[in-house]
Amino acid sequence: MARAGVFICHCGSNIASVIDVEQVAKSAEQMTGVVYAATNKYACSISGQEMMKQAIIDHQLDRLVIASCTPRMHETTFRKMLGKTSVNPYMLEVANIREQCSWVHTDKEKATAKAIDLVRMSLAKVLKNQPLFTSSIPVCKKCLVIGGGIAGIQAALDIADGGYEVTLVEREPSLGGKMVMLDKTFPTLDCSACISTPKMAEVGAHPRIKLMSSCEVSAVSGYIGNFEVTIKQNPRYVDHDICTGCGLCEEKCPTKLKSSFDQGLGQRKAIYKLFPQAVPAKPVIDAQHCTKLTKDKCGVCAKVCPLGCINFADQESYTTDTFGAIILATGYQLIDWGSHYPEYGGGAYADVISGLQFERLVNASGPTEGKIKRPSDGAQPKSVAIIKCVGSRDVAKAHGYCSRACCMYAAKHAHQTIEKIAGAQVYIFYIDVRTPGKAYEEFYDRTREDGAVYIRGRVSKIYEENGKLICKGEDTLIGKQVTVEVDLVVLETAMEPAANSGQTAALAGVSADKDGWLTEAHPKLRPVETQSAGVFLCGTAQGPKDIPDTVAQASAAAAKVLGLLAKDELETSPMISAVDTSKCSGCRFCEQVCPVKAISMIDIPSIYNGQKVKRTVAQVNSGLCSGCGACSAACRTGCIDLLGFTNKQILEEVDALWQ
Amino acid sequence: MAITDNTNFEPKILAFCCNWCTYTGADLAGLNRMKYPDNIRIIRLPCSGRVNPQFILRAFQKGYDGVLVCGCHPGDCHYTSGNYFTRRRFLLMKRLLEFAGIERERFQARWISGSEAGKFRDTILKVTEEIRALGPNHRMKEADIYD
Repeated sequence: MARAGVFICHCGSNIASVIDVEQVAKSAEQMTGVVYAATNKYACSISGQEMMKQAIIDHQLDRLVIASCTPRMHETTFRKMLGKTSVNPYMLEVANIREQCSWVHTDKEKATAKAIDLVRMSLAKVLKNQPLFTSSIPVCKKCLVIGGGIAGIQAALDIADGGYEVTLVEREPSLGGKMVMLDKTFPTLDCSACISTPKMAEVGAHPRIKLMSSCEVSAVSGYIGNFEVTIKQNPRYVDHDICTGCGLCEEKCPTKLKSSFDQGLGQRKAIYKLFPQAVPAKPVIDAQHCTKLTKDKCGVCAKVCPLGCINFADQESYTTDTFGAIILATGYQLIDWGSHYPEYGGGAYADVISGLQFERLVNASGPTEGKIKRPSDGAQPKSVAIIKCVGSRDVAKAHGYCSRACCMYAAKHAHQTIEKIAGAQVYIFYIDVRTPGKAYEEFYDRTREDGAVYIRGRVSKIYEENGKLICKGEDTLIGKQVTVEVDLVVLETAMEPAANSGQTAALAGVSADKDGWLTEAHPKLRPVETQSAGVFLCGTAQGPKDIPDTVAQASAAAAKVLGLLAKDELETSPMISAVDTSKCSGCRFCEQVCPVKAISMIDIPSIYNGQKVKRTVAQVNSGLCSGCGACSAACRTGCIDLLGFTNKQILEEVDALWQ
Repeated sequence: MAITDNTNFEPKILAFCCNWCTYTGADLAGLNRMKYPDNIRIIRLPCSGRVNPQFILRAFQKGYDGVLVCGCHPGDCHYTSGNYFTRRRFLLMKRLLEFAGIERERFQARWISGSEAGKFRDTILKVTEEIRALGPNHRMKEADIYD
């Protein structure tokens, strides 16, 4: 016979002021299976727990119902308490009589009746509970970082410095991401490449970091501590094991193309390094534009290469490796503003450029060697209009969110223009100026003192007239239309999640929000974890942010990974699916509905008509199963059940209510 | 059956709620001290996809006047795809129940996230009134068979 104990918590007056707890205890005492019922001022307190522990001994209880706050609050607390007693921690049910009873009802009589119902329901369930036991899984002490921008670099370095192996996968031929394209970083104006390239070099040289450039993640299986990841190596056509990066091939290649790194403002060859300080510092061939690969002509690079590294027959290859943790640092891209803003010329005017193009123009290692020149005629612009929130905070045209970094880099662009071009006139069109950050507001103030003219309002149209760009807009502070005539327009465009970041994240079981930003487990308290255990995120993959925030978040993700990898074994939840193989017909329905691929089929020996035969049945991988119960609802023979939420337990709950 | 006045009738409604969304939303409604009728009893499940059609039949058999299945918004399932199975299963189940003469209001599904406490309260208010207007469920209640 079951010996259940029922404990009703007062929660101070939170419960007791609405529910007659003594009445609930009295009713509980009459219920079948209950040998002891009592109330307690605060069940979760040390004294409350001691009282329950004592009652377990005094009344030889073998299971408990605690009627208190939501199980989401203290179920774990009570389970831990039971871990120190003779009662199995899973022989417990919590009746939610606070959040779902005393706090939402005012009629004392009705609330008390409902509380008794809830206790009866939990009791019915606990009478069908079985002791459950946690098991443990080993942890592979290696981390995969996806994305080689500043977020991925920082996270990889922190983890590798912490003593664990890291594999860093980058889609581009080099590390660096967006940060290395920038000229100077606000508000300190230190050179972006000068602070990021040493970190890139450190990654390249780190004994515990395996850098995989031109690579993409193509499949993820497994679970926390044991992810099995397939990585696709895109063909480079250059053997990086032999190549010394001498640069001869690049020099002799006759095909000139627009450089994506320079945002189309500069040129590169068909065999190229992304930029001079690229890591790895070795070239790759752009297969779409190389004439040898497209038309079977040329092949100059192979002729000049002193080491014979060029391999035109290179093909994509796949490798599989095991990791204990995964960090998603897939970053952002800028909005294709041309398709959203035809009124700004939609890309037809060469002198309407994006903020990132301006970064390349003003960068000493950029296509103009740091001289601000109009892309159309190479002339120095005397007047510049900077337009903020292009694609951000504009639900009608593009995105509703704020891209966060633009207010500050717009101020920086204004500052740099005024500094580099004597007498330059700079107009900044804005909706609001948002400068939350250390020394940010001061930087904005300084830009205004430099002479930048801030106009509050959006620009409605840009057109060309007599070699000038005319920006028509409204100054909403004076309520008048304004027209400014400038030589160059810089659009501070919205950040968007990097192309395919959603697909990559989905491989690891991480979802994205309506705008495509990856979703953290909790916006405040679990900002770098995801709903997928063992998968973490950082940087702009999670949402628009500036460099300091990105780096801070990357280190936070690294700290979480270090905490995980420091463990030799992980405890797994025992509330998972279990198969009764005697009833399983091997129909594979469960296999199809399982979201984590925890179910597979095995053949087991069986006897049929006196003959030894093999029968196919389902089996559950306890490390993978997340305990959702989809399989048990789909099972036609009812052989697969979710421990802790079995069919029997739930049906008992249904039956018990409202008797 | 005589026409009855349902104003004093208190319906019994059972809600199967996903632990990650609606159950949390119901907790938040409590935290915000929102008020709603006490006609509802909630059974906590790890996922709305855990709801076996058998549970719903049993609820009507035992005399519940209405059954709610609540899960995460499509696309937001904690387990990626559970609520999609719920949605398909719900539509089939609903057709079966309607065929058996159960009014459509008696069996409903809702997507309520953990932050939508107001939506949870409004849903309970609305569903309770809808079912109150229908009166008691006699159609499938087992006791009625022997009455």
